[in-house]
Amino acid sequence: MAIAPHRIIYLIFPSIIILAGLFVQNSYYLQVLTFIGINTLLALGLNLLMGYAGQISLGHAAFYGIGAYTTAVLTVHYGLSPWAALPCALAVSALVALIVGFPTLKLTGYYLGMGTLGFGMIVHIVFREWSDLTGGASGFIGIPPLDLGPISFSSGRNYFYLVWAIVMMCLVVSNRLINSRVGRALRSIHDSEIAAGAMGINTMSLKIRVFVLSAVFSALAGFLYAHFVMFISPGSFDFLVSIRIVTMVVIGGMASIWGALFGATLLTLLPEWLHAFSEFEMVVYGLILMVVMILLPQGLTRGVLDIYEKSKTRNR
Amino acid sequence: MKNRKQETADTSDLLAVQSLSKAFGGLQALYDVSFTVERGTIYGLIGPNGAGKTTLFNLITGVFSPDEGRILFENKEIQGIPIYDVVKTGIARTFQNVELFGGMTVLENVMVGCHVRSRSGFLGAVSRLPRVMKEERRIKQKSLELLDFVGLMPYSDQKSTDIPLGRQRMLEIARALAAVPDLLLLDEPAAGLNAVETRSLGELIAKIKEKGITMILVEHDMSLTMKVSDMVVVLDQGQKIAEGVPKDIQSDETVMAAYLGKSG
Repeated sequence: MAIAPHRIIYLIFPSIIILAGLFVQNSYYLQVLTFIGINTLLALGLNLLMGYAGQISLGHAAFYGIGAYTTAVLTVHYGLSPWAALPCALAVSALVALIVGFPTLKLTGYYLGMGTLGFGMIVHIVFREWSDLTGGASGFIGIPPLDLGPISFSSGRNYFYLVWAIVMMCLVVSNRLINSRVGRALRSIHDSEIAAGAMGINTMSLKIRVFVLSAVFSALAGFLYAHFVMFISPGSFDFLVSIRIVTMVVIGGMASIWGALFGATLLTLLPEWLHAFSEFEMVVYGLILMVVMILLPQGLTRGVLDIYEKSKTRNR
Repeated sequence: MKNRKQETADTSDLLAVQSLSKAFGGLQALYDVSFTVERGTIYGLIGPNGAGKTTLFNLITGVFSPDEGRILFENKEIQGIPIYDVVKTGIARTFQNVELFGGMTVLENVMVGCHVRSRSGFLGAVSRLPRVMKEERRIKQKSLELLDFVGLMPYSDQKSTDIPLGRQRMLEIARALAAVPDLLLLDEPAAGLNAVETRSLGELIAKIKEKGITMILVEHDMSLTMKVSDMVVVLDQGQKIAEGVPKDIQSDETVMAAYLGKSG
């Protein structure tokens, strides 16, 4: 038997990353590619919660922000090394997710959406108003760049490699998780909570755990973002950012690991391409998203696969 | 916790329902219902719509807690235990309105059924230690055996909701069996099935009985219920109105009046 397609992709994908790192010279392109990686992490995290477990969150930018602000505060105010701040950033985000998850995940559907939306707004206000710690609305400056021994990640290329190495790791983690006993349990909650319970799955506990995991993914993205741009402000973690993460998951294709990558890529690139439309940028942006959702309601991944399968049967 | 001794406890009884009552708001769904199920038998539970049959299932499986009464399974009180813990004690069920995991394949549905008899968690999933992979293979192997047992092997890779209703009901049974239950609750397994499908369902129930699994069957298909059941309990408006072997129930005046209609 030939190697299964999903295995080939584990060879192709890293090769593309390495080649891109070697041949892309323009620092602006490298920067965009790095942002795609950071957004992929965000989409991957939310996809576990929303795509697989079927629990919507309209407040995920909060965890993204908590990751970014925790590392900023610890490295700048307390002089910690970023690598020591990283576990703290992840832990703070996980802890907040745990505390928020207990009451919030009892809600379902629209109510869960509202609950998480409110949470996101509260956290955004905290970032803006707690100015002694966060620098308030004017933002937080002077976040140090990352380095690891002799390797400095202050260059665009090295940071690009770092981010994508982490993305690949998280892709593998997500993929393994989904195709496991826990992953099946997660997906079963999505389809029928009562039947999942009757199979012996403690649905509440599992929902909280995947919520925490997805918050940790987001915090990791926040950490990478903070040390990449070295300046953060509350505007980078507001309600619109939460919505954009949701859009990445939906456009890419819910319940699809690669969907997170496609969704993040499209939603990062679109605004860059659409600068040419100047004041009509947002109109065109919205139109493209509408057309994608109308033509490919299951998202890019499923849509492309369907077209591929149709063409295969036609050729037969 | 107080360990109350059950004086009427009989070792051959797998399940004892004692004076069970449950109300939803003003509606008394069940009132003072008692019966015992002997190990290795099939209990038919019949009654008109709204008689409280599904409520009884939901109480036994921990979907709700009873207002009053006790449920003894293998002489241990299980009322009020959450649904996901009840299945650990050895009670599995199917659902009246088929509750399959639609996003998953037929095989994966049964694999979820193995959840309670396996252990790997998040770290196991990510690390893929040999122990985890071994368990994963065991889950798959066992699920395939169960698919074979219910005759769904050819459908294993199809999406669970793409197969015909009759097969979906078989799949629910296979998924419930994956939990290795001592007691299997079947909630209207023949609803919506044609005559051929109902016959093969009857055969499957007999095969499950041969494995020594006790069953409680809620069913509107009288000929099926009377054929497979060892004992029949009749509920009407939340109360038990009759109990006995199928032959007696069929000729019982009260049952005729309440359930089959006076003209029957």
